[in-house]
Amino acid sequence: MLKILGFIGVYFIFLGKVFKKPQGMKVFWRLVMREIYDLGMSSVGLVAFISLFMGAVTAIQMAQNFQGADIPVPDSYISYATKVVLILEFSPTIISLILAGKVGSYIASSIGTMRVTEQIDALDVMGINSPSFLVQPKIIATVFFNPILIMISIGMGLVGGYLIGEATQMWSSSDFMIGLQMPMADRHYYYTFIKTVCFAFVIASVPAYFGYHVKGGSLEVGRSSTAAVVWTSVILIILNLVLTQTILS
Amino acid sequence: MIEIRDLKKSFDEVEVLKGISTVFETGKTNLIIGQSGSGKTVLLKCLSGLIRPTSGEVLFDGQDTTQYSFEERQALRGEIGTVFQGSALFDSMTVLENVRFPLEMFSKHPMREMNKRSEEVLDRVNLTKESFHKYPSEISGGMQKRVAIARAIVNRPKYLFADEPNSGLDPKTAMVIDQLLHELTVEYNTTTIINTHDMNSVMEIGENIIFLKDGYKEWDGDKNEILTADNEAVIDFVYSSKLFTKLREVMLKEKNASKS
Repeated sequence: MLKILGFIGVYFIFLGKVFKKPQGMKVFWRLVMREIYDLGMSSVGLVAFISLFMGAVTAIQMAQNFQGADIPVPDSYISYATKVVLILEFSPTIISLILAGKVGSYIASSIGTMRVTEQIDALDVMGINSPSFLVQPKIIATVFFNPILIMISIGMGLVGGYLIGEATQMWSSSDFMIGLQMPMADRHYYYTFIKTVCFAFVIASVPAYFGYHVKGGSLEVGRSSTAAVVWTSVILIILNLVLTQTILS
Repeated sequence: MIEIRDLKKSFDEVEVLKGISTVFETGKTNLIIGQSGSGKTVLLKCLSGLIRPTSGEVLFDGQDTTQYSFEERQALRGEIGTVFQGSALFDSMTVLENVRFPLEMFSKHPMREMNKRSEEVLDRVNLTKESFHKYPSEISGGMQKRVAIARAIVNRPKYLFADEPNSGLDPKTAMVIDQLLHELTVEYNTTTIINTHDMNSVMEIGENIIFLKDGYKEWDGDKNEILTADNEAVIDFVYSSKLFTKLREVMLKEKNASKS
């Protein structure tokens, strides 16, 4: 317990250093652009692929449940339920967990390698605030780009649902389109957006913390990368519950 | 000039530096020598501010830097050029970008001028234009060291620190790096401090040498004095190779002959 409290304390001290005013704004913004590519753009393909198939699977499961129900449920509810599942949970949470693995391990290992090869010492000795220089662009890039990734995920999930309906003829395309147009409460959208932004912050900052505090060699970089992914996932799951309870209840 | 007074540093229960006092002179290559674990790297990190000493004073041109605020420390670091043991070049940047990096961070010159200055220092460390746009992983260890030196001097530092700059290099390349550091010290009139345990470096550029043992300053002198020093620990360190044992015999004979 003490160890966890210690971790939380050092994490917030670390964040304090990360959010100091960045030096060398030209270099800083160039780094932000590079991180948007490395952490965001490079994940578009993976997110689109997973969402397309998961959207299709979700739609089939909804159809199986609704079409076998004791009371008649209109087919349009298949796409409505798929949309709700994608927007509320699948895209923001599951995709964030996947990104915690992909992006989190990249952040922890790249910063960890910089630590063990003295590149971070080199920044410090030049008079550069290394946490701010290295981590702030990653957080900005992730917080900016993750909502875009989640929107892509929702869109691709719905396309997956539509395409599987066309392929299997389990429901008509017109029913599917009607369901998509059924309204959802505004606060559901806010909830998804807030979740996405909070998760993005965790996905960038927790692995950065682990990478920055690596001591040792390549083995420790590997270990910290694994620990970063595990802890990021744990925090995302707990945060998911806290945000859901706070916003939706 | 850098002066340290009764410098101590402990990590938990372990005392690594046990009260070191010495002066590193400007325009000279000052060498810190000693066996692995003697406290050389910790001393250099205390000087560059990467580690805060437990007690004692570190005076840069008379100013005690141990009491500096974060901002003052950052300003001081702008005057220090450091060459790390493993070069510590940024993997994601080319050779030219690595050298230009300190200028981009701290100067407001146009890019053309920054490129000009970077190419100037890369020329100075004898790197050819073909290597300017290569990444650190694409060049040899010796070239990486030269790039690290170029990056360290690009801002015309007042103080130049190097932690085992020729470790992992062949003897010839190591000598070239030593000579380069010595020439730059004279050219830029820097206070240069080099950590090494390489006796070739000591004999090549050791104008002011301090020998550390178990966290204490055991001996100081220059390259001419070290071969005939009568300190047991220094003799043990210097004459670990047969070549130097023979050299000591010759030197002592010459010394005795000149006395008589």
